[in-house]
Amino acid sequence: MGESRPGTAPGLSEGEITERLRDFVAAQSSLAPGEVQVGSLRRLAGGASRELWSLDVELGGTAPARLSLVLRRDPPSRVGESDRGLEFRVLRAAAEAGVPVPRVHWCCSDTTVLGAPFFLMDRLEGETLPRRLLRNPEYAATRAGLAPALGAILARIHTIDASRPELAGLATAGTGVGSALEETRRIAEAARRLAVEPHPVLDLAARWLEERAPAPRRRVLVHGDYRVGNVMFDEGGVRAILDWELAHLGDPVEDLGWLCVRAWRFGNDALPVGGVGTREALVDAYQEAGGAPVDPEALRFWEVCGNFKLALVFITQCRAWLDGVPSLELASLGRRTAEAELELLALMEGAP
Amino acid sequence: MNDRPTGVELLRAVERFLEQEVVPRLEGPRRYHARVAANLVAIVAREIETEEGQLRSEWERLGGLLGLREPAPALRADLREAVSERTRALAERIRRGDADRGPWREELVRHLRRTVEDKLAVSRPPRFTPEESP
Repeated sequence: MGESRPGTAPGLSEGEITERLRDFVAAQSSLAPGEVQVGSLRRLAGGASRELWSLDVELGGTAPARLSLVLRRDPPSRVGESDRGLEFRVLRAAAEAGVPVPRVHWCCSDTTVLGAPFFLMDRLEGETLPRRLLRNPEYAATRAGLAPALGAILARIHTIDASRPELAGLATAGTGVGSALEETRRIAEAARRLAVEPHPVLDLAARWLEERAPAPRRRVLVHGDYRVGNVMFDEGGVRAILDWELAHLGDPVEDLGWLCVRAWRFGNDALPVGGVGTREALVDAYQEAGGAPVDPEALRFWEVCGNFKLALVFITQCRAWLDGVPSLELASLGRRTAEAELELLALMEGAP
Repeated sequence: MNDRPTGVELLRAVERFLEQEVVPRLEGPRRYHARVAANLVAIVAREIETEEGQLRSEWERLGGLLGLREPAPALRADLREAVSERTRALAERIRRGDADRGPWREELVRHLRRTVEDKLAVSRPPRFTPEESP
């Protein structure tokens, strides 16, 4: 994030962004620039690996419409590999499969428009902060139903036909490569390459995972970052599943294991699924909704692998800072690697 | 020798200023980053206070695991480098499979747990809510 100048895109003023978006939307909608109005452009608080903006668009012409939108843009100095065009097409496929997601409108890979690829989608009303989900009384019903709801939605995600031509990029997405063994080796190699200092806990975890990697199974489209922090919710339950930039082809249990990682429980460890539900409730709902049977040992493997991957996430973000990305948030994350390491030791070795 | 306040005392003053004077006056991403900054300053203060003891203990444990006996370097910067070297050697043995099972693994896990707990005693996972976790 460019926290030194929040609210602006490097090189472009808000006025310029508004003007360029107006021209872009007009061209996409076959309207004259004068028939499109763009307003209320505002930078939203986001994470270290992407930019989000809120804006309103009015379309004139023969079919007038008012749209409340979110713009998702690659930051100028982006962390990790991702592809806005592919994410846009995955979101469209997810909507067609009945997965609750924001409706996507237009995608632009031409970097001369806003300096980086971006797409526009509906701005939904809802809450995304996990702490509020865990604490606020108005979300009691949402909490109670969340693990089964996420299980059922995940089963639907895993039915998306990943062989459709427009999703061909998934096979080569750099974020995940598939089988348990391949994923273990990918993470181990990346951690060794990116970490400045040695991490013997991660070397120990790599051995543990290699020995226990479940046999390869049919690869499906996995969300790749399926956790409570990427769920939009309200008093009625799940509104949408967000952040599809890490979608890839992989073992379906990968998404279930990642959802059980301790970091997403925000201290409420009695309930391993995001601090709100049990593994049994999650898995039962997943299987009842048509998900393939989940072997408990495979789930355990992918939960350990999830913590292994989380350590790599921290190392990667720290490395981006060491390489010169001037973000205070990135700088702070390297020291969080130890949290994932402690959990890895606990999962591999049991309580001390 | 420098005059008072000590380095740690100065960092505590900066932390207090950020937490009490800056954070309440900011909103959105800036407010969040000010809290991150206060947290980082507190980490540095704890590191200054504990690093020497943690490194010496880590050096001894690594010596036990690797069967090495040379004395610890006197200067902290050298010690840091030497502990890192021993940890590299340890990681190499783990990668070779020496810790896959057996009594050495148990001793290793005790050492790793202690090392990770030492790191967490310094970084002390923040209690505030990140706008978005990584």
